[in-house]
Amino acid sequence: MKVTLRIYRFDPSVDEAPYYRNYAIEAEPHERVLDCLNRIKWEHDGTLSYRMSCAHGVCGSDAMKINGRCALACQKLVRDCEADLILVEPLPAFTVLKDLIVDLTPFFEKVDFIRPYLIAGEPPEKERLQSPEDRNKMGESIRCILCACCTAACPVANENETFLGPAPLVQAFRRIFDSRDIERVERLQQLNVENGVWACLNHYECTRVCPKEIPVTKYINTTKREIKRVFGPTQEKKDTSA
Amino acid sequence: MDFFFDALIVGSGLAGLRAALEIPADYKVGLISKVFPTRSHSGAAQGGIGAALGNEEPDSWEWHMYDTVKGGDYLTDQDAAETLASDAPRAVYELEHMGVPFNRTAEGKIAQRAFGGHTRDFGEGPVKRACYAADRTGRVVLDTLYGKALEKKVHIFSEYYMLDLIFSQRKAVGAVVYELATGNVHAVWSKTILIATGGYGRVFKTNSNCFTNTGDGVYFCFRNGIPLEDMEFVQFHPTGIYPLGVLLSEAARGEGGVLINGLGTRFMPEYAPTLQDLAPRDVVSRAISTEIRAGRGINGGDYVHLDLTHLGASRIEEKLSDISSFARIYLGIDSTSQPIPVTPTCHYMMGGIPTDLNGRVVGLDGSVITGLYAAGESACVSVHGANRLGTNSLLDLVVFGRRAGKAISEDSKGLESPQPIEGSAVDVVEKIRRIKNSKGKKAAGIRAGMQQAMTDTCSVFRNKEDMEKGLDEIRRIKGDYQSVSIDNKGDKFNTDLLEAMELESLLGLAEVILVSALNRTESRGAHYREDYPERDDQNWLKHSLATSSPDGPAISFKPVKITRFEPKARKF
Repeated sequence: MKVTLRIYRFDPSVDEAPYYRNYAIEAEPHERVLDCLNRIKWEHDGTLSYRMSCAHGVCGSDAMKINGRCALACQKLVRDCEADLILVEPLPAFTVLKDLIVDLTPFFEKVDFIRPYLIAGEPPEKERLQSPEDRNKMGESIRCILCACCTAACPVANENETFLGPAPLVQAFRRIFDSRDIERVERLQQLNVENGVWACLNHYECTRVCPKEIPVTKYINTTKREIKRVFGPTQEKKDTSA
Repeated sequence: MDFFFDALIVGSGLAGLRAALEIPADYKVGLISKVFPTRSHSGAAQGGIGAALGNEEPDSWEWHMYDTVKGGDYLTDQDAAETLASDAPRAVYELEHMGVPFNRTAEGKIAQRAFGGHTRDFGEGPVKRACYAADRTGRVVLDTLYGKALEKKVHIFSEYYMLDLIFSQRKAVGAVVYELATGNVHAVWSKTILIATGGYGRVFKTNSNCFTNTGDGVYFCFRNGIPLEDMEFVQFHPTGIYPLGVLLSEAARGEGGVLINGLGTRFMPEYAPTLQDLAPRDVVSRAISTEIRAGRGINGGDYVHLDLTHLGASRIEEKLSDISSFARIYLGIDSTSQPIPVTPTCHYMMGGIPTDLNGRVVGLDGSVITGLYAAGESACVSVHGANRLGTNSLLDLVVFGRRAGKAISEDSKGLESPQPIEGSAVDVVEKIRRIKNSKGKKAAGIRAGMQQAMTDTCSVFRNKEDMEKGLDEIRRIKGDYQSVSIDNKGDKFNTDLLEAMELESLLGLAEVILVSALNRTESRGAHYREDYPERDDQNWLKHSLATSSPDGPAISFKPVKITRFEPKARKF
């Protein structure tokens, strides 16, 4: 079938302003949007730049906005685009470096800020024991691939660049609810600030776009409840989501 | 701009990260990666990491060692297999201590499941040895090591590409590095350099590899006179999603999934009466290809079915959720009620840069190349022999990545910082200029021709006639490559240029694979010759070494290290 991709183009070193360019190509309904981008780049216009690597939704490289929605180009099929015109744009909320490539430095800095690693005491000789119930408290958070779709889709993150954002909060959730971690209280305290969990207003956009189907908003709300439980109900006044 | 390090690590997958974690904090370590570290291909590993913990049933590392040797069709160096299997429990406990969220047994221990070729009592029956975190084990191990590298403040240069290695008087002293964001070319000088650049499955059309797996580190070693070992041994994973090639973990069969042909029959018991669907990958891939060739694919087509429907929705959700989502996303198939079409997909390279047990690269004369190290899929220790067992790659990465890190730490103390060599980047800069100004064929078309030729002539079944055709074709395509051209003449994020540069590595390695495969006139492990269908220990129980020469790759040999297990007929 014939499809047209309307693609955001911008090279800040050359172009005065971003523009859109249409590419009409042949594509099969079962092909990925990433396959279409590759066809354009390889056969029509090699000046188009985007990130990609694993091409099956594991590495998180090819997050972009497809028909207005943040998604992985390798997980979105042509037949699921529901239109002959596929609009492809860079992730919002970040600075465009070239075409579909954005500067994720601020995103990774926020991930680093929550200390995305286990903090635990001296280990035993063998494995630390953890019951299946405790292991499951981390839930789907271990599926996060740091693609940044959630942060880019978040209305709050788009307005407030100091908001920690959904993915760092998921990364924090993963450690807070890991029974092996000994800095749970410190981690909760770190999130118990205006631009931490409390900036989340339950728009649920993060949950809608997450390509790994992580219940992001639910985990942020679970963290809010845990903060109230640990530090007491006085925290509620900070919660602007009510 | 010139950079100076005590240790330069090229590649941020598990081998590179694990090595970086082993090097003391007062060393100046630079880690360069084509991609942000958590995008590395180690993250695509699904099923598990092997270790004889015995958490689910009795197990021993000697059985694991035996399986590794037999699985490798006795080409495995047995000192390496012993190191791998005996160090495995420590390595897995260490990962748990670092924070890997393994699935757990009812007692809270690391959960384990069955996997292809892993047995109890030296081949008596399957054993649960694969430690796992659902079917995303590689990804969570990668996330964990990345977190530890952050904690340790390892200096990571993301989106930097190595474009050449620099040697001086048989010592590795540096690398030429390209910065994707700016197009700047840098010289990086280091006392020691670790190649951890992974595999190059992208030489084949149907493969499970990421786009960045182009074997640059391996090819740059070859181009600089270092031999490549056992390059004919290419693993085709039995269950790639048809027709994409995306991997469906062996864990699917470890949990009880079975393969079904077009007659609706389970065929693996015919080929491997004891292990059946859990035979090693070379055996299962050949069985699938044999069924397809005999017209017993689904509806006579070139795929069979992987059936999980009897496992039940909860088990699939708990233990195989990623692969069931791949089937749903890419094929619209609900794996709880429908079988999944699968066909073999190029997955892993057993061969690579020859190293000793500590990651030190070994030259053609058997002596160590000062300052140069390799680990992971880019290296050949040789711990996988002629066929790697599932779960042994993640293990290889953390066991031998750590050992390489230790060796680098020790050796760096005795080495002087290299003196910069004027003009080291000239060739690379000139090549970039040439490609930008060329009017020849585009890289993508050249690459597609190479991938088609390799898939047609050097896949699961091989013979002299086909491979000679393939070699002629690859050499013709290498001619086309001399005038490769690109559209993008810019400096910022010029991925068009980088793909054209990477293609040289792929083409060079495709030729090495073909020459090595033509040379080995026997069938062993993943290398199956229709014209020489038997294993021939008398003449071929030896490693191949391919060295660059003006007439193309030249083949020589080195002996296999045999310690505990004498070669026997390989029955499963």
